[in-house]
Amino acid sequence: MSKYSVKPDLFIDFAGIRSPNPFWLASAPPTNTGEQIMRAFDVGWGGAVWKTMGAQVTNTASRYSSTNWNGQRMMGFSNIELISDRPLDVNLREMAEVKKHYPKQALIASLMVESTREAWHTIVEQAEDAGADGLELNFGCPHGMNERGMGSAVGQVPEYTEMITGWVKERARTPVIVKLTPNISDIRVVAQAAKRGGADALAAINTINSITGIDLDTLVPRPNVDGRSSHGGYSGPAVKPIALNMVQQVMSDPEATLPISGIGGIATWKDAAEFTLLGAGTVQVCTAVMHNGYRIVEDMIDGLENWMYEKGFQSMEDFRGLSLPKMTEWKDLNLNYKIVAQIDEAKCIGCGLCYTACWDGAHQCIHVDRVSGAVDGPVEFHAKPAEIEAISRKSIAVTPIPKLDGVKDEVRGSYTTPLARVPRVDETECVGCNLCSLVCPVDECITMVEVQTDLPAETWEERSSECLMKESC
Amino acid sequence: MQELLQQVPEIAEIFSDLHPPFEAPMAVIESNRCLNCFDAPCTGACPTHIDVPKFIKKIASGNLRGAALGILDANVLASSCARVCPVEVLCEGACVMHGLNERPIEIGRLQRFAMDDFDLHGGKLPQRSDENRPEKIACIGAGPASLAAAAELKQQGFQVTVFDKRPLPGGLNTYGVAEYKLPLVDSLREIELIRELGVEFRFGVEIGDETSLAELEAEFDMIFIGVGLGAVHRLNIPGSSLPGVVEALQFIEDYKTGKTPEIAGNVVVVGAGNTAIDAAIAAKRLGAKEVSILYRRTREHISAFDFEYRQALQEGIRFIWLTQPMAVHGSADGIISVECVRVEIAVDGSLKPIEGSGFHLDCGMVIPAIGQAPMLELLAQCRNVDLEHGRVVVDRATGQTTNPKYFAGGDCVNGGREVVDAVADGKRAGVTIARLLEAAYV
Repeated sequence: MSKYSVKPDLFIDFAGIRSPNPFWLASAPPTNTGEQIMRAFDVGWGGAVWKTMGAQVTNTASRYSSTNWNGQRMMGFSNIELISDRPLDVNLREMAEVKKHYPKQALIASLMVESTREAWHTIVEQAEDAGADGLELNFGCPHGMNERGMGSAVGQVPEYTEMITGWVKERARTPVIVKLTPNISDIRVVAQAAKRGGADALAAINTINSITGIDLDTLVPRPNVDGRSSHGGYSGPAVKPIALNMVQQVMSDPEATLPISGIGGIATWKDAAEFTLLGAGTVQVCTAVMHNGYRIVEDMIDGLENWMYEKGFQSMEDFRGLSLPKMTEWKDLNLNYKIVAQIDEAKCIGCGLCYTACWDGAHQCIHVDRVSGAVDGPVEFHAKPAEIEAISRKSIAVTPIPKLDGVKDEVRGSYTTPLARVPRVDETECVGCNLCSLVCPVDECITMVEVQTDLPAETWEERSSECLMKESC
Repeated sequence: MQELLQQVPEIAEIFSDLHPPFEAPMAVIESNRCLNCFDAPCTGACPTHIDVPKFIKKIASGNLRGAALGILDANVLASSCARVCPVEVLCEGACVMHGLNERPIEIGRLQRFAMDDFDLHGGKLPQRSDENRPEKIACIGAGPASLAAAAELKQQGFQVTVFDKRPLPGGLNTYGVAEYKLPLVDSLREIELIRELGVEFRFGVEIGDETSLAELEAEFDMIFIGVGLGAVHRLNIPGSSLPGVVEALQFIEDYKTGKTPEIAGNVVVVGAGNTAIDAAIAAKRLGAKEVSILYRRTREHISAFDFEYRQALQEGIRFIWLTQPMAVHGSADGIISVECVRVEIAVDGSLKPIEGSGFHLDCGMVIPAIGQAPMLELLAQCRNVDLEHGRVVVDRATGQTTNPKYFAGGDCVNGGREVVDAVADGKRAGVTIARLLEAAYV
């Protein structure tokens, strides 16, 4: 049970931008019009970043493509859509209307214009006059706009990022968020530049350069625009791990760290909690809404509240950044920590996925020998997978016929796996890599259990400096 | 045979698929549910050891041709097995999904999906060898066992002739499988692929006497016996020869070949095996008013698979337990009723009629389905081929009989199992014959 009995409060003050919850719609098709944003606010979104306004564009047909995985649609999503193709005055008029009707929600204007001081000054004034609570500078769009010296063409050059952020800050009265591109070797360099330029906050990540695939009939990559394609910006569940890493990198760098809005593959409250644990103040969502609509926010809010309630967190600040100290460099990990895999024979269904994974992808220390007799030791001591399968293939199997065999067909209701099919871990060879527990389809069937080594914790840093001193290794 | 490759529309409607085929996106989703087990239990449970995860993952990746060829490599009657196999007690019964309290992977339907696509694209059986071998092999009977042996041998380049006394190939696969599981036309279409390999078929040829066997031995290097079972057990009660008493396999053959397009009135089926249930359901679908299955013991004793029994209940078949037929009443114009008596099971398991329990079941048709006898007349003629309990004795791994020139497989060896068992027997024999002839040739 919770330490607290009151309902957790999701309220956020993000660099001075107030929002009833951390869930913002990212600048994208779901925030194309005022009508859309008002419907989104109606179902619970705490904020919205208006689809980028500024330079004149024309969009193509088609614009999107996706990667499916194992029968699931849109594990990854790619777009070649540019910024808003609506007239600026229409966007600004609608923005004012939304702000009037929804004063509590955060309304952010995403901006992108040609790289001149005057152009930026003008658009900043226009957006703020329309009632924007904050400005997000789109230095990340990886397609189309960058060919015209905007978007990621700015975000990939630290000097440009610093300069334009500076121009904006000369005029801005509201907080300025710089949205970072991941299409760069070290995101911290640009984050530092934005901070030097005076940015109040960051948003990361924008989409990742991508080709989602190629039509194997026509040989045209996707998406197909009249027989040709162009690289797109990748998003969706596939990019979340990359985004988490980049957020952590920025938040662990004192010269870069600022309030950050986490973006990249967020679709559930768990994703949001993870970004927050790495320091994000708000999260932005696009692809999940494009897949399943605005109402996904209902469970994002509810799920996050329930989790906070169980963990005893009353506010977002109670847990923001708590996982940051648990990330270190590799050299600071304890090399004397030992775990081994254990397989629960009562839960095992006998699929053998752990066996295959260990033999082909790990260290050949899982064996199917509980009945034939356990043998520990190196790979030479054991039958090869192909030899085991060959024996099964040679066996004579027949359809059980009650009349001929004298037994009724077996009822599988109280299924237990024959012990002969339950694999076993040779703990003397197991390196504790986790792979078997990752591939196992049964919850809690394979657990990684700590083995006491009686050795004190020791990092690579410590071990290698010791080696240097002793000159022994 | 070509004209038979068109199914009668009315029959097709009455006997629509028991398990309808997959739509493509659903097949992919189902394929992706498969865990791809090591030393997969489904593969182990399949008598032909089809590499199930391998073909399922090919469906998932969109490699349907590869999936079908992989299946055919293990089982040349893969199309019909996908539909007629009692998967509940074979591959799907062994699926590890049961351990997660989940539905097993629908292996049968996925196999059908791959095979339907193969047929749709005019797929042909591949040759395994470019060689044209001179050795000749005779297969007696054109049922699943012989077809599997013949296909294997022809694929390896040998000269194969299949003999059957009937006008159509396939044995029970063509004549004896419920139409809602495998339409006759689909059985024939599948065998057409084997004929296209170059297997020769001689229909209407009864091999049975010493002369014909001697001629076979003289002409062929090896002989495969795939004759199945013989005559059906007769219902030995008064009135059992009246018209209107039609033995189950005959009844199934008749409706499948269009000779019994509809049925009126009540039908009584005697016996509760899988064939009895096939016949009962068919009678019901062909229009019978009430179909009753008489069985002298109780549900726990029936030889039908559990899922067949449940299917029968769903189709409205009535089971009358602990009841034996005593006589069929009627005249040469037809029958009127079956006289029955209730029985009780004594402590020692024997059956005892209950006095004064006699009653009449009104019906216009009686279908005995009480099993087949071995093909003793023919089998006894094969020199030095040992029999045991009416079954041909073989080495299970090779199918070789006690006479090294003779091989055997299918129902005449295993006593009456499934199509897939016969295919496995035939394939093992084919592989062995090829190996032996190869060795002798060198």
